[in-house]
Amino acid sequence: MTILKRGLSRRRVLQTGMAGIIGSGVAPLVFTKGAWAQEFCNNPTGDTVVFGLNLPLTGTYAEEGADEQKAYELAIAHINGEGDGGLVNVLTPTALKGNGILGKKVTYVSSDSQTKSDVARAGATRMIERDGAIMITGGSSSGEAIAVQGLCQEMGVIFMAGLTHSNDTTGKDKRRYGFRHFFNAYQSGIGLAPVLGQSYGNDRQAYHLTADYTWGWTQEESIKAATEALGWKTTAAVRTPLGATDYSQYLTPILNSGADVLILNHYGLDMVNSLTQAVQFGMRDRQANGKDFQIVTPLISELMAKGAGESVKGIFGTSNWHWNLQDPGSIAFTKSFGAAYGSPPSQAAHTAYVQALLYADAVERAGTFYPPEVIKALEGHEFDGMGNGKTLYRAEDHQCIKSVLVVQGNESPTSEFDVLNVVQEIDRDTVAYDPAIFGGDLGPAEPVPMCA
Amino acid sequence: MFEVIFLQFLNGLDKGAAYALIALGLTLVFGTLGVVNFAHGALFMLGAFCAVTVRMFLTMETVTLDPEKLSPWGAPLEVREPLVQAWLGDFGAVLVNYSVPVSIIITIPIMLLVGIALERGIIKHFYKRTHAEQILVTFGLAIVAQEVIKSVFGPNPIPQPMPTDLRGAADIGAFLGMQANVITYPVWRLIYFVFAGVVIGGVFAFLQFTTFGMVVRAGMADRETVGLLGINIDRRFTIMFGLAAVVAGMAGVMYTPLLPPNYHLGMDFLVLSFVVVVVGGMGSLPGAVAAGFLLGILQSFASMNQVKAIFPGIDQIIIYLVAVIILLVRPRGLMGRRGVMEA
Repeated sequence: MTILKRGLSRRRVLQTGMAGIIGSGVAPLVFTKGAWAQEFCNNPTGDTVVFGLNLPLTGTYAEEGADEQKAYELAIAHINGEGDGGLVNVLTPTALKGNGILGKKVTYVSSDSQTKSDVARAGATRMIERDGAIMITGGSSSGEAIAVQGLCQEMGVIFMAGLTHSNDTTGKDKRRYGFRHFFNAYQSGIGLAPVLGQSYGNDRQAYHLTADYTWGWTQEESIKAATEALGWKTTAAVRTPLGATDYSQYLTPILNSGADVLILNHYGLDMVNSLTQAVQFGMRDRQANGKDFQIVTPLISELMAKGAGESVKGIFGTSNWHWNLQDPGSIAFTKSFGAAYGSPPSQAAHTAYVQALLYADAVERAGTFYPPEVIKALEGHEFDGMGNGKTLYRAEDHQCIKSVLVVQGNESPTSEFDVLNVVQEIDRDTVAYDPAIFGGDLGPAEPVPMCA
Repeated sequence: MFEVIFLQFLNGLDKGAAYALIALGLTLVFGTLGVVNFAHGALFMLGAFCAVTVRMFLTMETVTLDPEKLSPWGAPLEVREPLVQAWLGDFGAVLVNYSVPVSIIITIPIMLLVGIALERGIIKHFYKRTHAEQILVTFGLAIVAQEVIKSVFGPNPIPQPMPTDLRGAADIGAFLGMQANVITYPVWRLIYFVFAGVVIGGVFAFLQFTTFGMVVRAGMADRETVGLLGINIDRRFTIMFGLAAVVAGMAGVMYTPLLPPNYHLGMDFLVLSFVVVVVGGMGSLPGAVAAGFLLGILQSFASMNQVKAIFPGIDQIIIYLVAVIILLVRPRGLMGRRGVMEA
């Protein structure tokens, strides 16, 4: 009786048994529930999801970075169902519902990458580890893009590249977690060379000034190959530091080098400075080899053309997109952006906006934020309505294959924004190429690395 | 080949002119006050931003909406009317076009006041401190100036157009009776070189041919004795600090069409200018000017493709390489005075 009183009552047995079951079985499940749910980096558990915007707000590409920031803010508003909806209304096919992504509202954090690869990488790390960014996007330099893309592969976070034009981004440095909507230097060469041949003839001597980093190197290589295929000869190719301001020491040797074309493989403020100074050196008024001296800027944007002013008139280049295109997507985006900010969007803004929407759409289609599923949704995805015609996100290298524009500095602009004319739209089949030519390895999507 | 060498020589003179102007101001301050002024680059930058400010005022606009015309995004088009042109007509248009040279007129009194305020407010308290402490306080001042400019004007460069009549290149070859269109050089760069020559000549003439300059030179040689003669040498040295600020400011203004100014402009030039001063000889005005031009020309020739083919990257290090050699062979610098910084 005493024994029974001490602990063998039915109630006591049940209590002890339940405690044992809970202690040995259920409780560990409760404690590990979070760990199972956190099976990939920054799996969103609340009612919001964070985009990490890595933008060059200072440095050589600062103008592009500022325009990208505006575009991301607009894209996030449209994804969340605010404003006029912009390209959400014209993207086909689309799974976007205008209520965020999978019902979660999108917010963002941003970091100034200063147009420096190491700063960009540090900023992306901070946004992933501290701010819980589910996706990193942005950048206006291929150096930054490649550095951040590699980091995102290591941390298992998708990177939707902003403005990056180096062949290496989706070539030898391509990564499974990195995606590029912008075109590349190889496609610039394919698009631009026939127009140069038509306008300047096939017997030319070209002198390259090249920004000394991955983008400059691959653009120089691509434009050299494309122009030499026309019959042009390359007199010299001289490297200039990224962010150089005074180009006089690089320009004077050109004057009597025998070259009759100067090809500026520069972008952003570098291009504004080098082009303006080349014109100050009288290069556009010169004759060489019995021909008018010409300047070519293989990659050019509206922002740079505006910065270069008079100097850009008549100069050929290529662009990813132009606000004056008359397809429904371009009209819708220019209208939304112009109404919000009072100026038309640049190509940097366009690619940034499109990348944000494409990521959101891919998550909706995948039905999960789990990166390998989102990657599958983007790979081989074909879409239309974003201003570049039918576009394919190629599975082999994560490069968007779409049309490319050849543009020329406007000789008689009607407004401060009317600085470039679209000379020719090169269709996507013409600028498509075998992804194997640039090598590289995407790497695996799984197992998914954990960021922290 | 002659054309290439001649053009690189002109490039060197152009770069050297900027180095010499900054180094001249640095040496004036060091020679008179004995202060190693790391804020001197910031004075160059402040001058450049005087030009930016003047242009901002000259290009103020009224904005009206024209409901008849629509922008590509469907909003009424903004019609902008320049205010200064509306007020002053053709003269206003000339002012806007020549905003950079016009800025000089406004920059001189501003920089004089900045220089005097800086010297009276802060620098004078550090005369008897060590050079290390002077460097720390002036470097701190430079950082404060940078951050103020960054917060007011933003972090990015602000291009300043040169007058339309002075754009393009001058055919120097044709001027010298050679073949036309072979030796051409930007007009504004030639103007900058001439401007630098006039300023440097003016400073030397001021010191050489005026009573004020004679007293300052005497004070530089023996401050105590000049003071014992009843001359207020401190007041003259304060004015010399102001004069150095004016020289740096004017150099900054005229450089804006060549290099869009940003808050970091001063630091970019400061380090090179200190090397110029060291090579020229601490405290030597002719040394600073000569070293400025010498290093500018050397840097220009080092950047020739033929030279870089033999010594890759030599253009980036030539100035420092020369400084090392000069310090090893002639520690006092090219024209340094005995006893200056030789404790």
